[in-house]
Amino acid sequence: MDFLNALVALLNFVVIPGVAYGSQLALGALGVTLIFGVLRFSNFAHGDTMAFGTAIVIMFTWLFQSWGISFGPLPTALLALPFGIAATAALVLATDAGIYKFYRRQKAAPIILVIVSAGVMFVMNGLVRLIIGVEERNFTDGARFLLDGNTFKAATGLAEPLVIKTTVAVTVVVAVICVAALFWFLQKTRTGKSMRAFSDNEDLALLSGINPDRVVQVTWIIAAALAVIAGTLYGLDKSFRPFVYFQLLLPVFAAAVVGGLGSPLGAIAGGYIVALSEVVLTYAWKKVATYVLPDSLAPDGLMQLLSTDYKVAVSFSILIIVLLFMPTGIFKGK
Amino acid sequence: MATSTRNLLLFAGVALLFILTGLFQSWNLSLQILNIGILSAIMALGVNMQWGYAGLFSTGIVGSVALGGLAVVVVSAKPVPEGFAAGGWAVLGGLALGVAVIVAATLLYRAMKPGRLRALAVTALVVAGFFLYRYVFDQGVAAVEAFNPATYGNIGGFGLPSLLAWPVGAIFAGLGAWVIGKIALGLRSDYLAIATLGIAEIIVVVLKSEDWLARGVKNVTGLPRPWPVPYEVDLQADPEFVARVTGWGFDPITASTIFVKLLYLAIFGAVLLAIIWASERALNSPWGRMMRAIRDNEVAASAMGKNVTRRHLQIFIIGSAVVGLAGAMLTSMEGQLVPGVYSPLRFTFLIWVMVIVGGSGNNWGAVLGGLLLGWLWLAVEYLGPGLMGWLTAALPAGDLKTHLIDSAQHMRLVTLGIVLLLVLRFAPRGLIPEK
Repeated sequence: MDFLNALVALLNFVVIPGVAYGSQLALGALGVTLIFGVLRFSNFAHGDTMAFGTAIVIMFTWLFQSWGISFGPLPTALLALPFGIAATAALVLATDAGIYKFYRRQKAAPIILVIVSAGVMFVMNGLVRLIIGVEERNFTDGARFLLDGNTFKAATGLAEPLVIKTTVAVTVVVAVICVAALFWFLQKTRTGKSMRAFSDNEDLALLSGINPDRVVQVTWIIAAALAVIAGTLYGLDKSFRPFVYFQLLLPVFAAAVVGGLGSPLGAIAGGYIVALSEVVLTYAWKKVATYVLPDSLAPDGLMQLLSTDYKVAVSFSILIIVLLFMPTGIFKGK
Repeated sequence: MATSTRNLLLFAGVALLFILTGLFQSWNLSLQILNIGILSAIMALGVNMQWGYAGLFSTGIVGSVALGGLAVVVVSAKPVPEGFAAGGWAVLGGLALGVAVIVAATLLYRAMKPGRLRALAVTALVVAGFFLYRYVFDQGVAAVEAFNPATYGNIGGFGLPSLLAWPVGAIFAGLGAWVIGKIALGLRSDYLAIATLGIAEIIVVVLKSEDWLARGVKNVTGLPRPWPVPYEVDLQADPEFVARVTGWGFDPITASTIFVKLLYLAIFGAVLLAIIWASERALNSPWGRMMRAIRDNEVAASAMGKNVTRRHLQIFIIGSAVVGLAGAMLTSMEGQLVPGVYSPLRFTFLIWVMVIVGGSGNNWGAVLGGLLLGWLWLAVEYLGPGLMGWLTAALPAGDLKTHLIDSAQHMRLVTLGIVLLLVLRFAPRGLIPEK
C-alpha cells in the first residue's frame, strides 16, 4: 500500500506537472527550431511572441466572458485561441516584411539577425505591457478538475490523492494534436516538404523552384501559432505575467538546443527532458521517501536537491552539458 | 564637414541636454544623470570591446554588473564576525568542495578513455560530490543565516575601502566571463548569446536568494563611499565649508549635495578617460589590428596562425571585466546592493542600444551613446509620468487615465526597441562610425 501511495505521489507531483510543462516547452521549442531551420537564427523574440499571443487570447477570453459565451467544462481561452493566433501571425508577418526581410536580402550574418530579434523582443515586450499591464492574470475558467483528489481517494482507498487539473489534460491533448498536425504537414504536404528541403539545403531548394518567400511566411505563421498555443497553455496551467514569459526563453532555447537546433523531433524530446529535470530536481522528495523507506530511515529534511528559485539553473546546466559534450544536440541539428 | 567637427558637435549637443536639464530642472538631477551616464558609458566601452572589436554578442551584461556590485559587498561591507564564526568556514569550505568536485570531474574525464566506464565514473563522482557539498554547505548556511537575520544573517564583508572593491569587481566579472567563454566560445555564435542569457539570470537569482552572501532581497545598505567623497551631513556640519559656500552665495545644503556629485563626476570621468586611453592604444596596436582581422574574417585570421577562440576568450574576459568595474562603481556610489534593480532590460539591452546607436567599433561612439541614452532613459523616467499627466490633464480621473499614466514607463521599452531597429536598418555604423 505504501508503495502504491508513493507511486501516486510521484505521479501527482512529478510526472503529471512535468509532462504538462514539458508539452508547453516542446511547443515553444518547436517554433524556435523551425525558425532556426528555415531562417537560420535564434529568435530572441520568441518568448515575447508567446506573451503577445497570450495577451490577445486573454483579451478575447474576457470579451467572450462578458458576452456570456463559455466552452462548457473547457476553458473559454480555447475559443479565443484562433483570434490570438490570427493577430500574432499578422504581427510576425508584418515584422518579417518590415524588418527581417531586409537582412535576408542582404545575406546578413546570423548574429545580426539575433540582435535584430532582440530589438523586436524589446518592442513586443513593451507592447504586451501596454496592452495588458505587468500584473499577474488568471484566465482559467470551466471545470477545475478532470479528476479531483477526494474522488480518487474514495475510489481507491489510498492516502495520497491523484489530481488531474482540466488545464493539464487540455495541455496534453492540444499538444498531441498540434504535434501530429505539424508532422503530417511537414511529411505529407507539398509546402511542408518544401520547408524541409529549404531547411536542409537552401541553394538546392531554390534551384528546384521553391519560392523562398512563401516558405518563410508559412514558417512564421506556424511558429506564431505554436507560440500562441504554448503561451496560452502555460498561462492556463499557471498564470500570465509578461516577465515570466521573457524568462521562459531560456528553457525554450535549452529544449531546442538539447534536441538539436533545426530538428522538430529533437525539440519535442528536449522540451520533456528540460521540464522533467526541472521538476525532479526542484521537487521535495520527502513525501515519496517516507512511503518507500522504512521508518528508521525516514528523512529529516525536505530532500529537495535545488530550491525552486534555481529552476533557471536547471535548464542552463542542461544547456551547458549539451554544449560541452554534443554541441549538435541529441538529434544532430545544425 | 570634417568628421572631427561633426563628432565635436554631437558631444556638444549631448552636453547641451545636460545643461538644459540643469537650468530647467535642477543641477542635482542633471549631475546625477550625468554620473550614471558616465558609468553606462564605461559599460558601453566594455561591450564595445566584445562586439565592436571582436564581434561577440553577449546577452549577459547584467550578470557582470551584478558581480561588480557583489564585489563591493564582499570587499567593503562591515564584517559580521559572529555570523562568520557561526558558519562562515563551513559555507566557504562547502563552496571550495564544490569547485574541487568540478575540477576532479574534469581531470577524471581527461584521464580516462572515452566509453561507458568514463561516463559512469564521472557521473558518480559528480553526484556524490553534489551531496557532500550540499551537506557541508547547508549546515554553514543555516548557521550563518540564524544570526540576527533582521540586521545581518550574512557572513559580512572585509570592511576594506570601497575603492579597492572596483578592481575586485572587474576580477569577479572576468572570472564569470572565463567560465562561460570557455564553454560557449568556439561554437555557433548564437550559443554565446543563449548561454550568457542563462548565466546572467543565474547570477541575479543567486544574489536574490542566497541570504548568507549579501542578504538577498533584504539588501545590504550602508556601504562606505569611495575614498575622497565625504558625506553631505559632514559637509553641512563643517563650518569652513559652510562659510565658504555661503560666501559664494549658495545654500549650504544644495551646495553639499552638488559638491559630492561633482567629486563623483571627477573620479568617474578620470576612470572613463583612462579606459578610453587604454583601449584606443590597444585598438591601434598590432593586437587591435589582429582583433579586427579576426572579426572581419575568422577563416583568414586562423589561416594566418591566429588562435581565434583564444583571442575571443581574451577579449570577452576583458570586456566583461570593464563592465564589472562599472558595476562596482555604481554600487559604491549608491551605497547599497539591491538585487532587484538588476533587470536585463536596463543593464543588458539598454547598454546594447548605447553601443549600436553610438557606433560599434568606435570608443568615442560608445561614450556618446552611453551619455545620450543614459540621459534619455533617466530623463524619461523623471519627466515621462509628469508629461503624461500633463497630456491627460483634461481627461476625467478614471481607469483610462491611470492606465495611460502607468503606461508611460512601458513606452520606454517600445521606443528603445524602435530606436535600435531603426539604427540597425538605416545607420548600422552608428552616430560616430568606426574609422
